[in-house]
Amino acid sequence: MFSADVIDELKEIRSHYPVAKAAMVPVLHVVQREKGWCDTESQAWVAEFLDVTAIEVFEVVTFYPMLYDKPVGRHTIHVCRTVACDACGGKELWQHLEHKLGVGRGETTGDGRFTLRSAECLASCGTAPVLLLDGERHENLTLEQTDKLLESAS
Amino acid sequence: MIQENKVLSARFGTPDSCSIETYRRDGGYQTYVETLRSRQPDDIIDEVKRSGLRGRGGAGVSPGMTWSFVPKQTDKPKYLCVNGDESEPGTFKDRQILEFDPHALLEGVGISCFAFGASTCYVYLRCEFAEGIRAVQKAIKEAYEAGFFGKDIAGTGFDLDCYLHIGAGAYICGEETSLLNSIEGVRPYPRNKPPFPAVEGLWGCPTVINNVETITNIPHILKNGAEWHAKLGHADDPGVRLWCVSGHVNKPGVYEFETGFKLQDLIDGPCGGMRDGRKLKAVIPGGSSSKVLLPDEVARVTMDTPGIRALGSSLGSAGIMVFDDRTCMVDAILNLMKFYAHESCGQCTPCREGTPWVVKILQRFVDGRGRPQDMELLLDIAANMEGRTVCALADGACWPLTSIVQKFRHEFEAMIPSAKTSSGRTATAAPTGAA
Ligand SMILES: Cc1cc2nc3c(=O)[nH]c(=O)nc-3n(C[C@H](O)[C@H](O)[C@H](O)COP(=O)(O)O)c2cc1C
Ligand code: SF4
Ligand code: FES
Repeated sequence: MFSADVIDELKEIRSHYPVAKAAMVPVLHVVQREKGWCDTESQAWVAEFLDVTAIEVFEVVTFYPMLYDKPVGRHTIHVCRTVACDACGGKELWQHLEHKLGVGRGETTGDGRFTLRSAECLASCGTAPVLLLDGERHENLTLEQTDKLLESAS
Repeated sequence: MIQENKVLSARFGTPDSCSIETYRRDGGYQTYVETLRSRQPDDIIDEVKRSGLRGRGGAGVSPGMTWSFVPKQTDKPKYLCVNGDESEPGTFKDRQILEFDPHALLEGVGISCFAFGASTCYVYLRCEFAEGIRAVQKAIKEAYEAGFFGKDIAGTGFDLDCYLHIGAGAYICGEETSLLNSIEGVRPYPRNKPPFPAVEGLWGCPTVINNVETITNIPHILKNGAEWHAKLGHADDPGVRLWCVSGHVNKPGVYEFETGFKLQDLIDGPCGGMRDGRKLKAVIPGGSSSKVLLPDEVARVTMDTPGIRALGSSLGSAGIMVFDDRTCMVDAILNLMKFYAHESCGQCTPCREGTPWVVKILQRFVDGRGRPQDMELLLDIAANMEGRTVCALADGACWPLTSIVQKFRHEFEAMIPSAKTSSGRTATAAPTGAA
């Protein structure tokens, strides 16, 4: 399922803990990086790798917003929804993106290019509004800058 | 007048501040090595206690006290978890340390672990901190290569491992016992206390959880002495803090001041006053889980634990959110309550059921369908949440809610259709901002 390099990386992570199960979230992050999301097949593989049951993996995947239990687009956008951003242009940014991409919260564009999600406070409240594009933070965004940013993601 | 005192942020502007070369050039890791060579663990704990430092994660507990609860006679390994989940709305200070001075944090990790005998440290960072994660990852590698982590550190026989652990987007994981479950790889529901983590934490072993900024203070205290620290700022809550200012000011950002300054001076001075010349309406002073302050309270409050407690609020995580007179406070608290409803782990009934119920009621107001009895209902729901749950998330949701309902009653009343309001005015539609 994974290349030898990735397996080595996963074994290294597992070695950081006295109990293999503790590597759960870090291992799932690597799985998600490799596969795009935490699909059922990968979850079963992780269960075996960490010597736990599949339901234990499922319980963790389904708890965390940043672990995806459904496929996402090639690029993910997380727009901060919380109060400091909301008060400083976040609302407008969200409406702009919904309109431009033609999708709602949590949805993926028809061409599979973008998934639009909201996030709770991204710890950048002083540089609102803020979003993450493929996990990288972009701050103090104007709508024009946002458009340029999207163009850069093919 | 209010002047910055850059202790924790002194190196933020240094070119290549994250590299071990510049950190060591600036004297970094010397305190760690000297402490390991010349000081006894109990003596370090005592120094930190005497410094008066309070934890910077929100609860304000003395780290020296926490460390002294770790049992000395035990065969079990001991752990330090650095809390870098930083998800409290309005808070963005730990991220600066991670991105601009990760070695300062790691030096604090080394000294802290030595003080209470930990053999392993997990630095827990939220996964949204891509840049901070890269910086800390690289810093840990460099620190191992330089011999500051690993076996027989500085020839003293002290062994210490340090690993990064990444979360996955849940605010609740910042709560210390949820963080433990998150590391253990189970659903991160907070645990009942006691047992306290210092006695039974990770895998039942003694574990200390401390905030990033707390740990970063430790080398400075060891280097300059407890007395130096105790004299900074307010005597009952001394030290410097990284204050995060967001919202409607001209210059939001992170500022480092000693405790005890006047909040109004920060807003008018370094923050450049209110944006667009608007008027101040309200400040949430210590992260979203603190009680709101009105302009007259902002004008007199001093930013230290006794000063802010005198007004019934708290310094929490030092996240100062400033709102101008265009802000609809009902809308603002609706936004925050959506946050708490989303982040409730769902384990306790009052929190799981209470937070979405509050959202529903507030939404009714914002939609112009508020009912006269709804304000009392909100306070009643809060009374049935506060103090009745496993963790403090529910309390943290109640404090901004009740304070906004009490201090901005007129805004709620104005959103009740065609009702006679207490001020004698008649409201017909939902206003979008005006008081
Ligand atoms: C819901 C909730 C979220 C919390 N989030 C954080 C956080 O993101 N970072 C943090 O350091 N402390 C957070 N805390 C406080 C921790 O439980 C704990 O008090 C703190 O990490 C202890 O470190 P300190 O003594 O150094 O402050 C949170 C508490 C609660 C109840
Ligand atoms: S108070 Fe809320 S977040 Fe905390 S344990 Fe209970 S349900 Fe979970
Ligand atoms: S509210 Fe958006 S980053 Fe904090």
